[in-house]
Amino acid sequence: MSKKLLIIIPCYNEEDSLPQVLEQLLQLQLPEGYDMEIAVVNDCSQDNTKTIAELYPIMVLDLLVNLGIGGAVQTGFLYAKDNGFDIAIQLDGDGQHPPEELLKLLTAHEKTGTNVVIGSRFLDEGGFKSSFARRIGIRYFHLLNKLFTGKNIYDSTSGFRLFDSLAIDLAAEKYPDEYPEPASLVLFSKAGLSIQEVPVMMSERLAGKSSIRNFASLYYCIKVTISMLFLFIRKPN
Amino acid sequence: MARIQIITIVINILFIAYISRLIIKGKLREEYAIVWCICTMVLILFSFWRKGLDVMSKLFGVFEPPNLVFTGFIFMILIYLLHLSVVSSKAQHSITKLTQELALLKEKMEKADKEKQAL
Repeated sequence: MSKKLLIIIPCYNEEDSLPQVLEQLLQLQLPEGYDMEIAVVNDCSQDNTKTIAELYPIMVLDLLVNLGIGGAVQTGFLYAKDNGFDIAIQLDGDGQHPPEELLKLLTAHEKTGTNVVIGSRFLDEGGFKSSFARRIGIRYFHLLNKLFTGKNIYDSTSGFRLFDSLAIDLAAEKYPDEYPEPASLVLFSKAGLSIQEVPVMMSERLAGKSSIRNFASLYYCIKVTISMLFLFIRKPN
Repeated sequence: MARIQIITIVINILFIAYISRLIIKGKLREEYAIVWCICTMVLILFSFWRKGLDVMSKLFGVFEPPNLVFTGFIFMILIYLLHLSVVSSKAQHSITKLTQELALLKEKMEKADKEKQAL
């Protein structure tokens, strides 16, 4: 029996980059034994993201209220859970994550059976590296992750991830809402799920800006620290 | 009865009447009204019982009675603000749930519609 694979693409104003991402995805040759479905989650975009996404033979989950990246991705998890998907892969709609790289996540998951596989910028030479300030931030999150999960995760802010059915169930239930990437790792590791990083190539985003910049980055650090701390303290139920 | 007592009592009565009106019209939920009612009760109590403030200050060991009023009210306001943050967090959580469920339902409906048309 083939495995059901859901690609979750959270989108907020991505009309410029989305067509290329979707075309590459639709042309992607998956290994034997996978049924792929693509879900674009439109997080109440102000531009034509929704109309553009609807031109493709994919599913569009349309949020009426802007929920932020966490709430948008969680909608994808809820769909995956309701429809019995075995694997979900989160991929950004801004072209940062080349679709063919998701095969690396799949291979890693097949080989080791890890529950959560993260596509990392830092384990491999080449590809796009981020700015100095951003690297300091990522260093800090590495430290936090070491502290709260006891694992060495270098690119904890990467939104290029694979989740197996156990991780999907957990994330559908409770997923941090605003800046979910680093915090969710605490959630997964507390639930006893295994996490693995694999090197992937990332490109510069085709359009749009990161959701984290300038003053917001300080807020980002504080907020993530607090949310990781409390996820760590909270009892898993 | 001193003039200031009469003024505060009248204002308090107006305030209670306004809160009741809001509740009756359904613009204020009872659970949030409780704290307002209690505040008004306390104010009314002290407007009738003028010596009350001095008595309470002595009880708490506060030298200047007005300081007790400020401290007490600032503390109550802080607690109430915290309560409001909790309420708004809860509301946000509900909105998230509703939005997600709605998106999933819309998708289901569209799929069903398409299948119907294909038949």
